[in-house]
Formats: sequence, structure tokens, C-alpha cells
Amino acid sequence: MSLQDKDRIFTNLYGFQPWGLKAAQKRGDWDATKNLMAVGQDQIIEEIKNSGLRGRGGAGFPTGMKWSFMPKESKDGRPNFLVINADESEPGSCKDREIIRHDPHKLIEGALIAGYAMRARACYIYIRGEFIREAETLFAAVQEAYDAGLIGKNAAKSGYDFDVFVHRGAGAYICGEETALLESLEGKKGMPRLKPPFPAGAGLYGCPTTVNNVESIAVVPTILRRGANWFKSFGREKNEGTKLFQLTGHVNKPCVVEEAMSIPFRELIAKHAGGIRGAKNPDDFDNLLAVIPGGSSVPLVPAHEIIDAPMDFDGLRDLQSGLGTAAVIVMDKSTDIVRAISRISYFYKHESCGQCTPCREGTGWMWRVMERLREGNADISEIDTLWDVTKQVEGHTICALGDAAAWPIQGLIRHFRPEMERRIIEKQGQALEAAE
Amino acid sequence: MADHLPNSLPSIEELRARWGAFAFTSENEKQAKVVIGRYPPGRQHSAIIPLFDLAQRQIGAETNTQGWLPVPVIEYVAAYLGMPYMRAYEVATFYTMFNLAPVGRYHVQVCGTTPCMLRGSDDVLQACYKKGLKKGETTPDGLFTLSEVECLGACANAPMVQINDDNYEDLTLKSMTAILNALAKGETPPPGPQVKRQTSAPLDGPLTLPEMVNENHDYRGTWA
Repeated sequence: MSLQDKDRIFTNLYGFQPWGLKAAQKRGDWDATKNLMAVGQDQIIEEIKNSGLRGRGGAGFPTGMKWSFMPKESKDGRPNFLVINADESEPGSCKDREIIRHDPHKLIEGALIAGYAMRARACYIYIRGEFIREAETLFAAVQEAYDAGLIGKNAAKSGYDFDVFVHRGAGAYICGEETALLESLEGKKGMPRLKPPFPAGAGLYGCPTTVNNVESIAVVPTILRRGANWFKSFGREKNEGTKLFQLTGHVNKPCVVEEAMSIPFRELIAKHAGGIRGAKNPDDFDNLLAVIPGGSSVPLVPAHEIIDAPMDFDGLRDLQSGLGTAAVIVMDKSTDIVRAISRISYFYKHESCGQCTPCREGTGWMWRVMERLREGNADISEIDTLWDVTKQVEGHTICALGDAAAWPIQGLIRHFRPEMERRIIEKQGQALEAAE
Repeated sequence: MADHLPNSLPSIEELRARWGAFAFTSENEKQAKVVIGRYPPGRQHSAIIPLFDLAQRQIGAETNTQGWLPVPVIEYVAAYLGMPYMRAYEVATFYTMFNLAPVGRYHVQVCGTTPCMLRGSDDVLQACYKKGLKKGETTPDGLFTLSEVECLGACANAPMVQINDDNYEDLTLKSMTAILNALAKGETPPPGPQVKRQTSAPLDGPLTLPEMVNENHDYRGTWA
């Protein structure tokens, strides 16, 4: 059964109502936050572990476990930091934007509780530079929270001192990678760091740091209010909870919607997005070609494989793809599928930070070959060469951008090789005709 | 990200003559202090991105454009934060939002990444071309600079464009043309979706949380 309104966390998702503190409090935010904190730091972490919450930024690492890696006491005087990743730039993703501009107090309250649980002195929210209006809202919401004594000294009368700062980026996809984000926050180019040391050991300014996605933090207060078992009651085992899905591309009514994890693709699209464009009715999936189910970094899945698949981390991994940020990019049969993937290759070429050779050189090379394949202006053997190059980039770079550039192409070759060959053969046929 | 580097710029002597005396206005000076105060003592380098943003906006206000960062201004901000010029220059060139060449009064940034492409960003670009805009160039009247940018994070409202500080979403050839015409006339068309929908809710009204439309509903009464 799909999610009911009473179980939706982000009730002001569409911004029909004001985002401000008073309105947010009427919806239930900042209600006795002090009591949520009073259960104790380790108990909060335990509750989040029990809730089954997995990171909503794409990797799906268990959030509670991540928090537990933070040092419980400082042996050398270094403070702990919480950093919230609001650098939402994954093509297809547009959920953190809705949280920030319509429900910012869920995020700020979550920051206080999470920061308290991991003994953080302060939180930095790194928001992408292009979210100009969204950042204005966030700055104003943080100020409201300070003015009301909810953060700052003796935050929400809990006896705990906690600061929240907003930091705007300036346009670089790579800063969504957690260590690149930390570099950027320190005032440098956003080039990912070698790990180890992991941020929980040495992160921002060399201090223990946890980087969490906006959605992961914003759901925390509601989980604590309603209990781990409530959150755990949605979705399949190890994929529990509710999730913001972003339905984009060739659907009749693109939207952002909160649903239960593991909802079947068919139900998600028919119910919330009005079905596939050009279909007879919302339940007709004949016109579906393929889906990129988790943002541009994950491989596409052809229609017949995804239609009845559960939309969760493990279900999509079984299809050699991933849930990522749950940015569902739908493509109907009119799509030029090679162009769609080639445009993603261009994206990665544009966004490679240039630090690692396989990615810096590989992303440009892969894009140029993809452009020739798009027109069929290539030899069939080049498809195999391209496959080999994606394998040489994948896993050979400091961060996952190299992998993210390789996977969409691998998905295309895996599922649409006949289409790629058809274009080449057609082009060669044209060349022969012209010669005669 | 080298594709936003300028092809031709005035000589460094000309730039120094024009911008060598750049300094923050007293208002921006105050704002700069607030920004630096967000970071621990000795970590003022963290403020480089916000300060570049302030500087670019100040130049934008002075020149009635969206501003840019000439070398003397990069030097000024570097000195302001006590960091080597090259570290600051690296930052200015790394992030796409810093303009390394002058732009027009309206910076038209069309998203061309796959989710927008699937929903018709070609038409949005076409509307721009028809008005005489060219990618990477400013129109002779100094009004429009056109850039094709990568995903701006509004994919459920694709295709979209960011013009100066506002998003225009759910565009068509027709609505994009209308927006450009309005801007050319000095009007400010209302930002957001250009079709009948509330933010990222489905077209023709939300299919979930209907109570929220007319009142700030509190769902806690229905929590079991």
C-alpha cells in the first residue's frame, strides 16, 4: 500500500503554506525539541540506527552508523563538526531544493539534534551557489531560529550550545562529493581528498566531521517523534522509510513526491506522474523505453526490467543500477537514447575537477566518442573500445565521479548496443550510396 | 571548466586603470565582516567564495550588468583575506558562477542537461537564438549574455532557465520568447513555473496532501 498523507514527513513540500517559523511550528516542527534531545546522545544514534535510515544523498550508507564513527570526546581539543550537503547538483535531483525553500525548519531542527548526537560544536550547511532564492530562505530561517533561541547558546533550552552557518557554493558539481565539499568550504578548489583519513577522523579544518545529505538530516526530528518502528514500517527490509522521489522526463505530470521506499515503479509513475507521455492511460507502459532511476550517475534500466521493480537501494542494485537520489528520469520511445546518454557524458566532462588523469582525460574522450556514436560516425569495434575505456576510468580515480561518468555509458552499451550498431551500419550504407 | 574562460579581454594595464582602485562599498565591507565571522578565527580563507560573490555583485551594480571578476579585483579579495593571489585565482577559475569576462544586464543561463533536454531545452535555446542571442556571447546592446549551463537542480520543472537570480521553469518556445521580450522591454516577468502549477506539484493540482492547499494543516492529530 502506498504512503498516506498522515505519514508524510514533508507536509509543506509544495510550498502552499509559508516556510517561516510560526507556520512550521504549527505543522509540528520545533515541538519540545529539548525533550527529544533529553533521551541522550547515544540513544538518539541508537534510535536512528534502529529506524533503518540510509543516507539519502545517493550512497545509501546507514546514517546512524555514520554518526557513531564520530569521537565521543575530544582528546586534543579539536571540536566535532556536522556538515550538511545541500550542493544538490545530480542531474534529475530536485528534492533538497523543496526542503530548503518550503520546510527549512525541519532541516535546522534536524541539524541541532544530529549535531548534538554526534557532539558537534557547529553545523555548516553547504548550499549550491545557483540556489540563490533557496539560500535567501535558508539564511532567513536560520536567523529566525537564532532569534527564537532554538539554536545558538543553550539551543532550544537544552543546555547545549550549537551554531548553524550557511555557506554558499559557486557552481561545481564535484563539491557534492564530501571531501571536495570540505575543500571548497575551506576556501579552495573543490578537489576531492584521498581517503583515509576519513572525515570522521580529520574533516573540516582537520577536525572530526560528518557530512550528511539534506534529506537525511531533515527526516530525523520526525523519526524521533514517531519512533524508529514507525519509520521502519515502510519499505522492504534494509530499505526502510519514506523517500522523496523526483519524477522527471517523459511523464505526463513531472513532480516531486514523498512515497514509501520500495514502491513499484509502475505504481509510482501511474499514481503520481500521470503515466508515461503518449500512453493511452496512466497504467499503459507500452511507450516506455528506459529509465534512469537514480540520477545521471546510475546506469539506465530498460522498460521491461524496471516496470515492476521495487524502487529501493537493493531492488535497483539487482538491476545493475541504483536508487541514487531517487531522481527518476523517464524516457519514452521517442527518445534519442544515445544523445540522452551522450549529454550526460558531456556533463561529466564539464564537471570533472581535473585532478585524476583517468577522469580528466577519460571524460572528454568518452564524450567525443559518444558524439560520433550518436551520429553513427564510427566503427562497430569502437563500441568495444569505449567499453574498455569506461572500465579503465571506473575505480581508478580518487572520487566516484569517474565511476559516475563510466556507468551511464556501460548501461547504454549493455542494453542498447543493437541501436548503436544500427546507426553505424546505416551511416556506412549512406556513405556507400554516395560513393556510387 | 575551462570553457568559460574568456577569449579576449582588455590588457592588464587597461584593467588596472579601470579596476585598480576597487574596494568594497561600506555596506559590502560590513557584509564581508559578517561572512568572515561565520568561520573559526584564522580560517578566513573559507570566505573566499562569498566575498567573490559580493565583489562580482558590486561590479554588476556599478556597470548595470551581472558583474565579473577582473584580475585587480581578484587581487583585492585575495589581499583582503590574506591569501596568495594564485590560490584566489584558482578559486575564481574553478567555479562556474564567477564570470571571468564581462556579461550583459541579463545573464540567460539555459540548462541543457539530459532531464531538461528530454523536456525541450532545445526549444528554449531556439527561442534565444531567434532573439539574436549566441552561446557564450553578449548581444551588441549589452542586454543579454547566453550560456548553456549544467543541471541547476529544478528537474521536475524542466526545461528551465536561470536569469540573474531567478528561475523560469516549465518553459516552451513561446513562453521563453515572451520572457525575453518582456526583459528587453525592461519588465520583470514573474519567475517560477510558466504553466499552471504550484512549484513542483503535478500540473493541475497536487495529488497528495490536499489539506495543505488552503490551510496550514497540522497532521499530528492523525498520527497513530
